[in-house]
Amino acid sequence: MLDLRTQYLGLELKNPLVASPSPISQRFDGIHRLEDAGASAIVLFSLFEEQIRFENESAAYFEFTSSNTFAESLSFFPKMDEFEAGPEEYLEFIYRASETSEIPIIASLNATSPEGWAEYALRMEQAGAKAIELNAYYIPSFGQSSEDVEQRYVDMVRAVRRSVQIPIAVKLPPFFSSVGDIAYRLIEAGANGLVLFNRLYQPDIDLEKQEVFPTIELSRPSEIRLPLLWIANLYGHVNGSLAGTTGVHRGTDAVKYILAGANVAMTASALLKNGPGYLATLLSEFTEWGDAHGYHSVDQMRGSMSKKHVLDPSAFDRANYVRVLQSYMPKFSAQ
Amino acid sequence: MSQILDAPKAISVNVATIDGNEAAAYIAYRVNEVCSIYPITPSSTMAELADQWASEGKKNIWGEIPDVVEMQSEAGAAGTVHGALQAGSLTTTFTASQGLLLMIPNMYKIAGELTACVIHVAARSIATQGLSIFGDHQDVMAARSTGFAQLASGSVQEAHDMALIAQAATLESRLPFIHFFDGFRTSHEVNKVELISGDDIREMIDEDLVIAHRKRALNPDSPFIRGTAQNPDVYFQSRETVNPFYQRCPGIVEKAMEKFGALTGRHYHLFDYFGSPTADRVIILMGSGAETARETCEYLNQHGENVGVLQVHLYRPFAADRLLEAIPPTARKIAVLDRTKEPGAGGEPLYADVVSAYFEALTNSRSPIETMPRILTGRYGLSSKEFNPGMVKAVFDELAKENPKNHFTVGINDNVTGSSLEYDRNFDIEAADVHRAIFYGLGADGTVGANKNTIKIIGEDPRFFAQGYFLYDSKKSGSQTISHLRFGKRPIRSAYLIHRAQFVACHQFNFVERTDLLRPAAEGGTFLLNSPYPANEVWGHLPRIMQEQIVAKRLSFYVIDASEVARAVGMGNRTNTIMQTCFFAISGVLPRDQAIEQIKYSIKKTYGRKGDEIVRKNFEAVDQTIANLFEVEVPQTATSREELRLPVAAEAPEFIQKVTARIIAGEGDDIPVGDIPIDGTYPSGTSRWEKRNIAEFIPIWDPETCIQCGNCSFVCPHGVIRTRLFDRKELLGAPKGFQSAPIDAKGFPDTLYTLQVYAEDCTGCSLCFEACPVRDKAESGKRAINMAPKEVPMIEAGREHNAYFETIPVNDRASVDFSTVRGSQFLEPLFEFSGACAGCGETPYLKLLSQLFGDRMLVANATGCSSIYGGNLPTTPWAVNHEGRGPAWSNSLFEDNAEFGLGMRIASDRHRMSAERLLHRMADQIGVGLVDDLLSAPQRIESDIRRQRERVAVLKLMLATIDSSDAKMLLAVADSLVRRSVWIVGGDGWAYDIGSGGLDHVLATGRNVNILVMDTEVYSNTGGQASKSTPLAAVAKFANGGKQVNKKDLALQAIAYGNVYVARIALGANPQQTLTAFREAEAYNGPSLILAYSHCIAHGINMEKGLEQQQLAVHSGYWPLLRYNPEVQQSNENPFVLDSARPNLKFTDFSNNELRFRMLKQTNPQAVNQMMDSAQTSIDARWKLYEQMSQEH
Repeated sequence: MLDLRTQYLGLELKNPLVASPSPISQRFDGIHRLEDAGASAIVLFSLFEEQIRFENESAAYFEFTSSNTFAESLSFFPKMDEFEAGPEEYLEFIYRASETSEIPIIASLNATSPEGWAEYALRMEQAGAKAIELNAYYIPSFGQSSEDVEQRYVDMVRAVRRSVQIPIAVKLPPFFSSVGDIAYRLIEAGANGLVLFNRLYQPDIDLEKQEVFPTIELSRPSEIRLPLLWIANLYGHVNGSLAGTTGVHRGTDAVKYILAGANVAMTASALLKNGPGYLATLLSEFTEWGDAHGYHSVDQMRGSMSKKHVLDPSAFDRANYVRVLQSYMPKFSAQ
Repeated sequence: MSQILDAPKAISVNVATIDGNEAAAYIAYRVNEVCSIYPITPSSTMAELADQWASEGKKNIWGEIPDVVEMQSEAGAAGTVHGALQAGSLTTTFTASQGLLLMIPNMYKIAGELTACVIHVAARSIATQGLSIFGDHQDVMAARSTGFAQLASGSVQEAHDMALIAQAATLESRLPFIHFFDGFRTSHEVNKVELISGDDIREMIDEDLVIAHRKRALNPDSPFIRGTAQNPDVYFQSRETVNPFYQRCPGIVEKAMEKFGALTGRHYHLFDYFGSPTADRVIILMGSGAETARETCEYLNQHGENVGVLQVHLYRPFAADRLLEAIPPTARKIAVLDRTKEPGAGGEPLYADVVSAYFEALTNSRSPIETMPRILTGRYGLSSKEFNPGMVKAVFDELAKENPKNHFTVGINDNVTGSSLEYDRNFDIEAADVHRAIFYGLGADGTVGANKNTIKIIGEDPRFFAQGYFLYDSKKSGSQTISHLRFGKRPIRSAYLIHRAQFVACHQFNFVERTDLLRPAAEGGTFLLNSPYPANEVWGHLPRIMQEQIVAKRLSFYVIDASEVARAVGMGNRTNTIMQTCFFAISGVLPRDQAIEQIKYSIKKTYGRKGDEIVRKNFEAVDQTIANLFEVEVPQTATSREELRLPVAAEAPEFIQKVTARIIAGEGDDIPVGDIPIDGTYPSGTSRWEKRNIAEFIPIWDPETCIQCGNCSFVCPHGVIRTRLFDRKELLGAPKGFQSAPIDAKGFPDTLYTLQVYAEDCTGCSLCFEACPVRDKAESGKRAINMAPKEVPMIEAGREHNAYFETIPVNDRASVDFSTVRGSQFLEPLFEFSGACAGCGETPYLKLLSQLFGDRMLVANATGCSSIYGGNLPTTPWAVNHEGRGPAWSNSLFEDNAEFGLGMRIASDRHRMSAERLLHRMADQIGVGLVDDLLSAPQRIESDIRRQRERVAVLKLMLATIDSSDAKMLLAVADSLVRRSVWIVGGDGWAYDIGSGGLDHVLATGRNVNILVMDTEVYSNTGGQASKSTPLAAVAKFANGGKQVNKKDLALQAIAYGNVYVARIALGANPQQTLTAFREAEAYNGPSLILAYSHCIAHGINMEKGLEQQQLAVHSGYWPLLRYNPEVQQSNENPFVLDSARPNLKFTDFSNNELRFRMLKQTNPQAVNQMMDSAQTSIDARWKLYEQMSQEH
């Protein structure tokens, strides 16, 4: 029987399947259902500093424009200065989720300022989070160089590291010129692990209204490839945990991540599509594969198909690119 | 970022800078167990605070959190008070005006049963010829026969102190008390008060008396009955049993005042006399006027007069002996001033009491009074009419005359009966050591908020006293505010407006051209102007009158471009902190550095929890202010030839010039009685004369891309967008730039379409832009109507275009397609340019009604937002069409509107029946053919109505030539032969709560009335208190932790009758359905009820997105659109039609955009998820039910 235990960010996990942030983990019953289905850890939905600021600014603006304007209605809400959107609700959620779950609860944070990263991370730690995933979601503006952007990520990690004792993971986007280098620097700056990759929000255009509108789609299985490539590449080269997220729709997808070198595989889309109970299916598929292929532990599986350990490392290199292209040649030749 | 500043030094914990409402509520909350509440201006704040404190877990002196319960009306609140008292709880309520009147039946009961209780009243005018929210004593005077004791406060401090004295006295005397203070002048004045400590409050409340109160309560363990029905044999005697309690009461109040004085050092008496102990003239009055009279009296005595003032505290029971003891025997002339009017009475109530006190004393041989002084009566201060030292002096001067005027008025010019006293408008008694400042601002620019903050800053300094009083104009959008602030080193008692200000600030440059801002500026004072022009240019942009005053009064003149500073530091249009900083920087009230430090401390305190960003921006604004504040070098003489802008156009009708324009110009106080309508009747459609020019951005029409759908005009809340079809030949002579486009329909080559924007009347709400379905192909984001910054040339051209537009023939109603949105917009809007909030969600419905049926409609309007923007002077929006016809509008009360409208229906029907009867009787004279036509005209569609109007016109011409009683009678009612449309309109506070019973009854009568409920789901007009329409999980005042139960489904209730036409509509989501519902309801010959979703500022939304919220409300199933038309039952169809598609959004997709729902996370974090889930569940369940109903056949 496959020993499913694994370590992630220094945490001992009972298996390598972690629930990544999704609406499921916004509710206690969702958390408990994930736990019941076998999730070894849960990364909570993100706390967005920007959202808090927006809430506060819009409340302040509303108060400003609507108060003291007419003799009969000097205000419209009970004592507006009591209204303060803040992380309290989120912190309370961490606290209660941690109290009522056996598995580690990992908080997720998206801040916009160095103070924000440090302050909110600390409060998450105090609220009982076992680790923090930094949801580093950021679209650089024109005029910012690649160096500036990378430094921003590094500074973020440093700020949080100074602030908290608990492990830190960075969920980073794939759009770096040199993923290996930034991964190395982030670990150096104090991150305990990397989550590959953040899927950036990409707005769509509504053709009827002719407006840009926000949308997000569930990941597809084929999206596993990019993170898989980089996990395989990074395994053994960075001194931290690796998590593969995106595209885990079957237990065998998780297997791929582990074989490539991930400590854990994370999933949200499959659970949103099939319900939190589906995690049990993924886990049993994972176990079945390991048993069927003679592995006795996840540790044994980990990295066995990484670039470091495969017989032909060029499969992860540019040479592979040529080979892929060549594989199409016969089709064109036949025409 | 600057470091966090330390708190200012040495704030006494026993001192607070609060308003009168808070001062009274502070005590009421602590000495009661139950507060039964209902909102009414100006008392609402007391109820709101009680509710808020309860939700915060604040405790009364017994360590319990009082039970605060909102009722459906003041009548309901009083009933609950009565019940709670009978069951032994210490119970209070807060009210004013009509609210107190609604409580009267219960008050008789409570007093008759000798039940201890205090009702706190922010005394307010009664609606008579017109409603007024402002202060006088008419309400408490109307309640003086109930048997309640009445204790009057004259200041914020007194409102605090008397609240406790009343409570102590009620418990001992067993008489219930009205504790009252002047609405607005005291209830809303901010002043520094010494708070009574918890120990002192406890000391004043005798526990044994509380226990005695409980023991008198209903208790099944020791049962009795109370509230029997009594007969002629014993009722009278029973009524007399209470006499000893009334006799004892004044002594008990005196005792309580003595004890209070010993505890707090503040000494009061039943009647407090101020002034010379040998005064020959005395004024007697109560309330805030006494403060002014007292101050004036002191001044006059210092200047050689010998006068006095008697302030009445305990008015009922009236202690005549104490009154006479308090007045110096030297007083030979007495003026009793009443802040009330009792038409037809021998004199106002206090006067009558004083006269009878003297008379009885004189006729009683044991009395020390030997001769009757000359006693006069006068009225003053109705509806918060200013009562100032000049007026007090006028009364003393009148008393000094050999033959003084009696039954006088002071403060007005009564040129009809000559009652008024002349007074010196320049009489000024204010001491130089009191710093006085006036600030002119806009409602939405934060001026009042900043000034309240300034008062707190200064008031919290133990060395200073501060007072603030704020005036607001009658519009809900673009309203002007005037703040009157006083600061000094001794308590400030001046309960009147500032007439000589050392500091005048104008926060909006455009006020300069229309208001004489510097009239109250004192010699050598300072004038601060927020100006887009720099110091070296601004002079040339000032009108003559302003320049002259700056020169003549030797004012120091400062300017700052606060808007630019705000923009530069990223604060948008928020200039309040900047202007506040200017005040501190140049007024010298506090040392500049200390003041700046205090402002920053206050910013940190106010915004600290809202994030560092806001604090940083505000700090930066403060720093930048100092750098951008400049003194203007004032020339020796005025150079401008510009006069103030006329308040209305020169061609306005005589009444508008004589009355309306003067009110607009702020001269309403000077209008003589003879110029005012005698019975509250005012001309319709006056808003068109008041060009308010309040929009910063206005819509610009692009005829090229416009598809002429009419949506923009349809949704325009202010009637600013007008469309018309016209013949091409009308273009001859059109001014340059007049826009039009060929009609978007084939076969009419010579017909053009135009869309006009009345930019001077626009509020800039941008709903038109939001409603435009066109997307410009070339420029993403651009539509066929777009918002652009308003500039002077646009206004001038627009004025010309609008004038020309009005010369184009109005589209014939008989040929307009009423059934389409586009068609309906060719009809003249007869509801225009109201003072509603920019982007109001209610007014588009009223405008549409006025377009469809305006020329034959009667409107009964419940009190509330719609009666205020619909009927508040100076200018009103209900208008007349080009034929002189238009909606006939009236407002009765809040609670009776359905009944009021039913009365209109009955009268209309009666007139029609009379006309029919007379037509039959006069058929021979009129002609059988015409009579038959008149009686049998179908009048279903507009062309029918048009033909009937023509017949009526013929009839009237004929009748005018017939000299008979029948002809005269028929002529008087002939107009009613044209079908009348009766509309009963109001908000949810009326329909769901206070008027619910009446509404239900009117529906049940089966009469042909149309009821339009503009549902904002809160009491919007009084500031967002919960109603039974407030949805589950929404936070509102009186529902701090979110509304706990579902909104009442009024539609289903009405549908249950089976014969009521019911529609639930949302104009922003489906304008066509709205239009259809209006037309069906009106056509239905029976009662109709339309529930119209009305987005509202009280939802905590960006009002520009109001229509979008309506769509989300509908698409999430929160507000399903439906129509129930009993008429189709005859054709065996299902009358229930669900006009909404099945919800494709979640409730949270709608609710997340509204602060009222988002706040729940803050106010009730434990329950938020469960409540939001319940809200979704009930939406789902209701949808299921509706779907079933729509499928039944």
